[in-house]
Amino acid sequence: MDLEQFAVILSIGLFNGLIVALVAIGYTLVYGIIELINFAHGDVFMLGTLLTYFGLVAILPGFGVEASLISALALIPFIMVITAVINASIERVAYRPLRNAPRLAPLISAIGMSFILQNVGIILLGPSPKAVPSVLPNDPLIVMPGGRTLISLNEVVVGAVTIPLLLALAYFVTSTRQGKAMRATAQDREAAGLMGINVNRTISQTFLIGGALAGAAGFVVALFLGQAWWFFGFPFGLLAFTSAVLGGIGNITGAALGGIVLGLVKSISDFYIEARWTNVIVFSILIIVLVFRPTGLLGAKQAEGA
Amino acid sequence: MAVAAARLPSPGGLRGLARNETLRNRVIVAGLLLLGVAYPFFYRMIPSAIPAPDLNNLIVMSYYAILALGLNIVVGFAGLLDLGYVAFFAIGAYTAAFLSSPHFDIHLTWWIVVWVAVAIAALSGILLGAPTLRLRGDYLAIVTLGFGEIVPLVFRNLPGDITGANQGIRPIDPPTIPLAGPWGDQLSFSNSNLQLALYLVLALLVFSYWLCQRMRDSRLGRAWMAIREDETAAASMGINTVNTKLLAFALGASLSGFAGAFVGAYQTAIFPESFRFSISITILVVVILGGMGSLRGAVVGAFALQYVNLTFLRWVGQYVNPPLNSVGRSTGIEFLENFVLHSYNFLIFGIVLVVMMVVRPEGLLPTRERKAELHGIGVAAEETAATADEVATHETALEEAGEAVTIEDLPPEDQKRDR
Repeated sequence: MDLEQFAVILSIGLFNGLIVALVAIGYTLVYGIIELINFAHGDVFMLGTLLTYFGLVAILPGFGVEASLISALALIPFIMVITAVINASIERVAYRPLRNAPRLAPLISAIGMSFILQNVGIILLGPSPKAVPSVLPNDPLIVMPGGRTLISLNEVVVGAVTIPLLLALAYFVTSTRQGKAMRATAQDREAAGLMGINVNRTISQTFLIGGALAGAAGFVVALFLGQAWWFFGFPFGLLAFTSAVLGGIGNITGAALGGIVLGLVKSISDFYIEARWTNVIVFSILIIVLVFRPTGLLGAKQAEGA
Repeated sequence: MAVAAARLPSPGGLRGLARNETLRNRVIVAGLLLLGVAYPFFYRMIPSAIPAPDLNNLIVMSYYAILALGLNIVVGFAGLLDLGYVAFFAIGAYTAAFLSSPHFDIHLTWWIVVWVAVAIAALSGILLGAPTLRLRGDYLAIVTLGFGEIVPLVFRNLPGDITGANQGIRPIDPPTIPLAGPWGDQLSFSNSNLQLALYLVLALLVFSYWLCQRMRDSRLGRAWMAIREDETAAASMGINTVNTKLLAFALGASLSGFAGAFVGAYQTAIFPESFRFSISITILVVVILGGMGSLRGAVVGAFALQYVNLTFLRWVGQYVNPPLNSVGRSTGIEFLENFVLHSYNFLIFGIVLVVMMVVRPEGLLPTRERKAELHGIGVAAEETAATADEVATHETALEEAGEAVTIEDLPPEDQKRDR
């Protein structure tokens, strides 16, 4: 086996995995706190790619700023705020009224929301993928002795965006008052409410954080792949959800780990098997994990009925 | 369930009601069937100002009704969320394609193939269900979703000489009856003879409906609903929950295979691209729209949704699209310029799903139990009213008998409720 080739594939997988992890955390946060598979989450991520596209082709030129890496990075906070607000509004409109409804009701409502967001994407972007201006320099940064590029500059940008966000989230959840409230609500909503935690506000916060991370992931993907498309949400969302389950749903570290593992699996399968079989492999892994270890790699928040 | 039972009138009245309801239902069903049979003869005469479905659309509505009945067993009766129902549809269609086409040069008659397709779909339902059914609700949803993605991908990715790959399989032999007449030497139920195909799919629909009704009213149906309401309680009542859920999966899948075998033979061609996640979702929307667990709801939901999807939106589009397009051309807004109303059908489905869940989660034609479950307060009020009526009847009866009315004279159930 060509070791250098393998190293390249691992590095591609690792960086893809970091992006997947950002989206996966959104799934796992929401599942942890209200036990809902937020089907619309992938589409919030898609709105992130859409906003990046419009930011680069319309907003920045509108202010007379040239689209470059620096000006693009300046867009991130705005994109994150918008997707965060969208995600929290979705919760307000489609999930909060169903808090005490049968379990299937919010799930179905989430599927409906996902279709609505996809169509918003079609209306704004048109039915075919749009090319995002390439602002990411693709220069090789670490070149191996054999001449292959191990890490290029665009991958560094991916890392520079995702890793700080992951660390900030870890800090928020483990070390702040709000993070504590979030964990308490996830553990026992009623008891948390009795302890004086504003449950609705905490749930809204969770959606805000998930939405912000999805927006950042959308930004990174739009630049990395150079495309924005209304259909990105579905395959990417499925992959991210699979990672969340793989790591143990409700478990934030697990989601990050699951994302990276799946990113590696995907790049290995793309290269050594065939790209068209990759989804079959990813979903087979999902099914096998759920059947043999329903709590995921690191253990789910709870494993009722498993 | 207890609520529903409490609402039932006294035994004599119940029997009378049941008799009337059966009669009424039979009249409605016979009328609708008659309409379906007569429709091919007069639909061309319907003026174009009325958005009437053509035969092709009617056939799609009918096989979606069969699919919805099948998914209703899994989701509505047993309460298991299946997001990959399209997989069994694909398996049924591909079975029909393998066994009666030049692809493998096997030409079994469709009347046998359809049962093979049913059996294979049921078997794959068991194969998927056996390891996964012990998972909790939403995990199961994801596993089935994954399965629904894998199956069409496998059909697409395998080499062309096995599954036809991207090109799919065509032609497929249509169902035929070797009956010579003015129409030729055989009757063919395919898209070349829409009228006969419509009759065939209506017959399949009636059969499926009858089957579902019998299952619902059987011991098995009651076991499904017991599991849906409370799995632990059902298990402690002696129901084998694993086998019962497996049967729901297998029987639901078999109806999907049934519809798949029809669709493959009716279209005389299948393509892996046509078995998408959106089909699973469309069928789920139908079941939810109609009211989970309600057979009438599933059928009416399928006809309503596909009517809107295939006929109504296109009809409205005729009037709405051109002005919007010209506005788009003059203002340069790309979205309006290319506006085609029916391509936004999933936007409408999405809104329907969210609004239904928030406003009317029991669906359009809910079963009595589900309505009671979701609108507990309203039913309780009705119940009180019913009790008051009963008390009143008892009072009159007792007064006629010349006795004083005391609470002790009422049947024990009423006493309990009054205190």
